[in-house]
Amino acid sequence: MKAAPFEYSRPADLDEACALLAKDDAARVIAGGQTLVPMMAMRLARPTRLIDINRIAALAYIRAEGDSVTIGATTRQCVAERDATIAKSVPLLARAIPNIGHAATRARGTVGGSLANADPAAELPLCAVTLDAVLQYRADGATEEIPAREFYIGPMITALPAGAILSAVRFPVWRGKVGVGFHEINARSSDFAFVSAAAQIELGEDGTCRRIAIGIGAATDFPMRLDSAEAQLTGGSLDDKAVRAAVREALADIDPLSDLHASADYRRRVAVDLAARAVNDARVMALGIAQGQ
Amino acid sequence: MRIELDINGAKREVEVEPRTTLLDCLRDNLALTGAHAGCEHGVCGACTVLFDGVAVRSCLMFAVQAQGSKIVTIEGVTPGPGELSPVQDAFCETHGMQCGYCTPAMILTAHALLADNPDPTREEIVEAISGNICRCTGYAQIVEAIALAAERLRGTNRPSEL
Amino acid sequence: MSAPGNHRFVSTDRRVREDRRFVVGKGRFVADIGLPNTKHVALVTCPYPAARIVSIDTSAALAMPGVLYVLDGEELAGATLPLMTGLDTPNVPRRPLAFEVARYAGEWVAAVVADTRALAEDAAEKVKVQYQKLAFVLDAEQALAPGGVLVHEAHGSNVLLDKTFTWGEVDKDFAASPRKLKLRVKWGRSSTVPIETFGVVASWDPWRDILDVYASIQMPKYPEQIAMGLKLPASSVRVHYDVDVGGSYGVKRGIKHSVLVGYLTRRLGFPVRLIEDRLENMRGGDAHGPERLFDVEVAYDDQGIVKSMKMRALENVGAYAGRSPFQLGKPIGAIVGPYKIESVQYRAIAVVTNKTTQDAVRGFGQAPTNVAIERMMDEVANALGLDPIEVRRRNMIRHEEFPYLIPSGTTYDSGDYHAVIDKVLAHTSYEELKAERDRLQAEGKLAGIGIAACLEPSGGNASFEPLLNPKNPTTTWMDSCRISVDLSGAITATMHTTSAGQGHETLLATVIAEVLERDPDGIRVVRADSLNSLPSNSPVGSRMAIMLGGAAFHAANKLKDKLTTIAAHDLGIPLERATYRDGDVFDNDTPERRRSWADLVAIAHRNFHRMPPGLEPGLAVSHVYQVPTGGKLPTADGRVQMYPCFSFEFHMILVAIDPALGRPEIVKYRIGHDCGVVINPKIVRGMTMGGIAHGIGAALLEEFAYDGEGQLMAQSFMDYLLPSSHEVPAVEIIHHCTPSPNTVLGQKGSGESGYLGAPAAIANAINDAIRPLGVSVNTLPIRISALGDMIAAAQDSKGQR
Repeated sequence: MKAAPFEYSRPADLDEACALLAKDDAARVIAGGQTLVPMMAMRLARPTRLIDINRIAALAYIRAEGDSVTIGATTRQCVAERDATIAKSVPLLARAIPNIGHAATRARGTVGGSLANADPAAELPLCAVTLDAVLQYRADGATEEIPAREFYIGPMITALPAGAILSAVRFPVWRGKVGVGFHEINARSSDFAFVSAAAQIELGEDGTCRRIAIGIGAATDFPMRLDSAEAQLTGGSLDDKAVRAAVREALADIDPLSDLHASADYRRRVAVDLAARAVNDARVMALGIAQGQ
Repeated sequence: MRIELDINGAKREVEVEPRTTLLDCLRDNLALTGAHAGCEHGVCGACTVLFDGVAVRSCLMFAVQAQGSKIVTIEGVTPGPGELSPVQDAFCETHGMQCGYCTPAMILTAHALLADNPDPTREEIVEAISGNICRCTGYAQIVEAIALAAERLRGTNRPSEL
Repeated sequence: MSAPGNHRFVSTDRRVREDRRFVVGKGRFVADIGLPNTKHVALVTCPYPAARIVSIDTSAALAMPGVLYVLDGEELAGATLPLMTGLDTPNVPRRPLAFEVARYAGEWVAAVVADTRALAEDAAEKVKVQYQKLAFVLDAEQALAPGGVLVHEAHGSNVLLDKTFTWGEVDKDFAASPRKLKLRVKWGRSSTVPIETFGVVASWDPWRDILDVYASIQMPKYPEQIAMGLKLPASSVRVHYDVDVGGSYGVKRGIKHSVLVGYLTRRLGFPVRLIEDRLENMRGGDAHGPERLFDVEVAYDDQGIVKSMKMRALENVGAYAGRSPFQLGKPIGAIVGPYKIESVQYRAIAVVTNKTTQDAVRGFGQAPTNVAIERMMDEVANALGLDPIEVRRRNMIRHEEFPYLIPSGTTYDSGDYHAVIDKVLAHTSYEELKAERDRLQAEGKLAGIGIAACLEPSGGNASFEPLLNPKNPTTTWMDSCRISVDLSGAITATMHTTSAGQGHETLLATVIAEVLERDPDGIRVVRADSLNSLPSNSPVGSRMAIMLGGAAFHAANKLKDKLTTIAAHDLGIPLERATYRDGDVFDNDTPERRRSWADLVAIAHRNFHRMPPGLEPGLAVSHVYQVPTGGKLPTADGRVQMYPCFSFEFHMILVAIDPALGRPEIVKYRIGHDCGVVINPKIVRGMTMGGIAHGIGAALLEEFAYDGEGQLMAQSFMDYLLPSSHEVPAVEIIHHCTPSPNTVLGQKGSGESGYLGAPAAIANAINDAIRPLGVSVNTLPIRISALGDMIAAAQDSKGQR
């Protein structure tokens, strides 16, 4: 399983990387390589040139800026996993990242790489969609932005234009009595999830739900937000029955994937259960904060 | 391409194609055959090396990408001819292997774990090796080896980055 | 863990000497071997499940840089003989490269030889093969039914084997029994899938007429089969046994790879190397395992005593025969499990389909058979409302009834199954386990206790060969050991096969040290190659503790006798007065009169004038050991002694299932294990733990699944799921020792332990957990999604969701 031959470039900065990418539409950017290299080993991906952005220092950072946290695209997943700013301000990521692959793949895999790869079962795209993150990319010497919900448009398909390179992702920070939950089901821990659920809530003073975001991953071509469920549950007490009913209704029309690992029925049904667990975890966490834990 | 790699503390120059993985470079160009190919797609972990102190899959990196980082292989944690490190010796004490194919990878993963966490719980050891597949042992004696190594290293007065 | 006898080294907690080279990365695996000027092979594979090969255009491939040759099936077929198969099926030939017709997706069609593996792969993509797609069949029952697609036209059917054995008065016993039960059990296609793929390097020396072969091999009669394929005498094939094998557990037979590279090196004049990559291995390495459908029926009474059993086992072999059909025969040697079932009818059917070929998998068919038997025993208990352990106890052979002859003609050597169960239950209270199960259920989980009681036939007497193919009267199953004491007094022992992590060097040194009363760490162990080898049949059938141990024991005793004889002669005393102790020999009447080890070495090597007349000089002895209780052909009605020894394992596990997710979790795992006298406790424990992990994989995770188009869906480790450390719970092993009367030290085999019973125990536990819902599952692997869907449907129908 040796990759097909390619040229290798290691540009000093992002604009040089973009220029290389623009010159050859069969060239590809490599960051962590944890997904790209296996594809190349199986000759399913055959780039003519690899543009290595791993050592562009300016792309690896975690910055709290006002009401958001911005993560540079080549930030290693393991760095994000242990980061105090993320733990405090974007706890959903802290909850989700340990589920990504194994420690050895998180050591190399990047936040941007996973976001750009857009695997339907991947954790970071699910978090991005759930929290309405904003993806930043560089193209033709300019930085553009696109909301996560517009970024993911198909299985492994994003709205990233040809020749563009993802440069950062900006996650909004929720204030107040915030709680998060993340659940996934797989055959072995760290496998690709059959279905996953992410939830973030903010509780009001009276303990009811002031704000809620629920995302489901791995059941459809790209992560989905449960807008109708969120609308139904806002202002309510988030009791389990109500949550399940709202989620079930939101998922009624989806056509989940059926494959070797899980049936469509399983994905649709278990999505409800995982979402309920995620919302409950979020509620418990938020109450804990409310109680000053 | 002619590249220079930092392997086990020494600078080594090799001539490789860009598509040569770090694993193949170590094995074929540098005669460091302790890292093994088990799947070449990043699942089994038999190719594990330490990359700037962190356990990574050497089959998922091209050798050209490794320039500028410190690579440590199983040969690099072996103290000297005929000698065993405390981790290696612990693996012998508990028989934390059978065929030996996943063993260098397990040992390097153990080294990385213990450098970061000198007193791991059983769960932490299980988690740390969960990216390394062993088909022979069922993991029990491997987990015991790492726990034993941790205990012995805590009793020494030298740092555990060996 | 202690042996009943007084052993100095056997059964003591000694390190495994092989570990030293592995922990420093100095194992010598086949990919580590670098012969100068070696060239590399990559395969061109057929993309269809069945296709006629119309043409192969190699021109573009040959024009690529570094490419030296492209071999096709026609050239290879013209120059070599088809690979040996065990059954009498001459119209089902098997060749390394498909000849005229390719019969499974992934079958090797051409081989590219190039300067590097990468260049060979580049060129393999450029070989243009024209195929004419043919009809194909994937399902065993469809393949069995007459009038369907034939995988091998010339064979006339898809049936390689269809043999029914009737041992005892089956019809009478069924008629006389008040109760009957039927069950269908499916064992999904899985295999051992070692982390190291199969690899082989071959180099032909035309001036010596020797083919040197280095391979990751675990195969009896490997040099002979290579020689046969290449039309060479076996004395022209030198297989080097000092290659470390990175796991095999049965499957590394690699004969097609070896004939392929053997031909190429002879044809091309340089060493040729084929190391399967993982994709080649999974699809075309021919290392799949059993895919078996059981229909079992038992006749039993109100006490739960099973009197008679009918079993039909239908095996989906894949496109060619390999060793697979014999995996239907080996279980005959333990067909009633540990029970006193009086009569058995067994129908063994092997059919070819357009799937990858199988090879021998750990247990050689026993693990799937145990699932069928143990699921049936649980269903008997359930039908009667009896406790499953109690039903086992009532049916089990009692300690005092050994040696015990089973209906199919094998005598079980020894066992105390009831004592093992007692020990396990003394260690872990059954009542507490049940209480824990109830607690989990009260918390909203599904929870079940699963037990399995099975035998590990060990010793490897492959009398299933003449049983299933009367044209093959093989009754010799031997192994050997040679011991030499050199002029310096150092002991060197030689073994004559490869090892894949079983610790054979340690085993040999321990047994020899025990007999010679010398330090085992001072005993050198080396491996021969096939030209300076004594006979061996390689580590299959859980045989090496028995066979290598037996050969070593006898050789060491020969050496001890020789030393004693030399000493007696030199001391001028009758032999009966010469006493051997720790390598020295003294006069029992006057112990000060003695000869030391060094004295005796000197006499043997240098002082012929002091040697007893008629004794050969030097201290080199060997022993070739036939399998105990072996050597007989089957009777006309298909009865034969199969393996000589029977280890026993009793699994007791607690499984919890989250009903919403369908994911089973093994909460507690206990195994009682009796393999007779244990030679090295660390090795045996590792085997059992590894076997259980492997069994968890087979029960819950692993499958070589195919889609409707004949494509393997699990082509890499992304879809073929091997258990990681997270999937294997903590296991407690409870030991017992019932020595074998048939072996030199009372040892039995343990190489398959854990794997033989874990899938059955897991299947039983899950069934116990879901039984209250009125559903059962008898198809392995039991996938999360299938279990979840089944639970949801059952809860829906009961209005529980």
